[in-house]
Amino acid sequence: MSNVYVMGVDMIKFGRFPDRSVPNIGAEAALMALDDAGLGIQDMQALYCGNLGQASGMVGQRILQEIGQTGMPVVNVANACATGATAFREAWMSIKAGMYDVVLAVGVEQMGKGLLGGAGTGDGIPKEGLLGSGTMPCVFAEAGMEHAKEYGTTFEQFAKISVKNHHHSTMNPKAMYQIETPLDDVMNAEMISYPNTKLMCSVNVDGSAAAVLVSEKKAKELGMARAVKVRASAMASDPYTDRDLVMPDVNACTRLAAKDAYEQAGIGPEDVNLVELHDCFATAEMLHYENLGLCKDGEAGKMIDEGHVELGGKVPVNVSGGLLSKGHPLGATGIANIYEICTHLRGEAGKRQVEGAKIGMTHVIGLGTACGIHILEKTS
Amino acid sequence: MSKPLPVVDYLKIPEKGEPYLEGYRCKKCNATYLGERNVCSKCFARDEMEVIRLSDKGTLHSFAIVYRSFPGIDVPYVSAIVDLEGGGTIKGNLINIEPDPDKIEFSMPVKVIFGDALGRKDKEGNSYLSYFFEPI
Repeated sequence: MSNVYVMGVDMIKFGRFPDRSVPNIGAEAALMALDDAGLGIQDMQALYCGNLGQASGMVGQRILQEIGQTGMPVVNVANACATGATAFREAWMSIKAGMYDVVLAVGVEQMGKGLLGGAGTGDGIPKEGLLGSGTMPCVFAEAGMEHAKEYGTTFEQFAKISVKNHHHSTMNPKAMYQIETPLDDVMNAEMISYPNTKLMCSVNVDGSAAAVLVSEKKAKELGMARAVKVRASAMASDPYTDRDLVMPDVNACTRLAAKDAYEQAGIGPEDVNLVELHDCFATAEMLHYENLGLCKDGEAGKMIDEGHVELGGKVPVNVSGGLLSKGHPLGATGIANIYEICTHLRGEAGKRQVEGAKIGMTHVIGLGTACGIHILEKTS
Repeated sequence: MSKPLPVVDYLKIPEKGEPYLEGYRCKKCNATYLGERNVCSKCFARDEMEVIRLSDKGTLHSFAIVYRSFPGIDVPYVSAIVDLEGGGTIKGNLINIEPDPDKIEFSMPVKVIFGDALGRKDKEGNSYLSYFFEPI
């Protein structure tokens, strides 16, 4: 099976674009990624498009209607917050399978403002606020409180994660926000679902990201200078655990995908120089330090307290600003974090550059549950 | 006044006696589910489910205090995950306790109680019976 390389990758600056269409927002990133690869839409052999909000709306084909209807096969995917990573992985798999040498993956989302989730109405009466809460800030608060129960993790430690990611985003011009949020501001912000305050919840934004993936043969033909090697592409669904059907278990799913990813890459967590992980809420990021093996179980609080996950630390996490400050356009997130890692591996991340980065990891998790992990490596 | 309807299909309201929660338990591996099913997602056994009456006692596994919900929903309230004695985990509102993280203890014993679904009615005007947790 051929190795797979990212030859072009880019994202638009995340923001709110209520006057634009979903395909239009996706088309912009697609063109940017093509430019980055030095290729045109006519060079692509297939398109894998991730979008959640219009999952039945043929978004991939509508993107091509904006930038070039070559007749190539298009696959539209939806997989909750792992949608972008799923599109990328399908593209990767098509090259692994020997079907194609050059393919395009696009992730795009246009979000409203406000709370996501909510206990379903189904028949009868609404259950939200009656049988607990199905809102995302609450569901992830409950997951964080499970960690607090086990290890004594504090509200302040969760809040520090948000301080860190907002700080990182001040160095990322493509992030939705570039503002410092000191600890007091984070802890005193409006409480949404304890222990997640408003500044500890990801930002709903519109955005898109895209990547051109190529086979080794094609990468050599085009030149390896800025190519990034995909060392692993792993995906897991939620395995059975005792409470999973009532309290979605983001831990077991991530651990399963991480194990597979490390095995594929033939490396361990100690070899990873930076990570973009799924900080949909500050409480979630805490869990994934352990789930991804960045530290031992029970040491996540120490990771944030001692600065190991900051830019300049042992393994910087979410130097893009993460979902908390860069923003979280659901279908785009999984490719936007691949853009971030590639930018560091290419040494092009400017002020937030992780010096000497050779290997990076991306992680997303979509409740329901889908976890996608990619390990990427610098080639030159 | 017509009889209230159950808020979820696994809340049972018998003709005589107290309401209770019903579970399905796999005879092969003991996994316990809420609501009717025929296949076990833990051990994959088919047609090995037995209907059980879930306990009305349990312990608080995790919780969150909800301050922002959808319009019209009273906040704050405690959203709680409870492990029932003898198996089964359910989610619901923890009531009759101050919504203050310092007052709520992990693993605290709780009781499942039944009551009107906060005055909520469906389109036909039916009232509903719901379950809640309260500290023991």
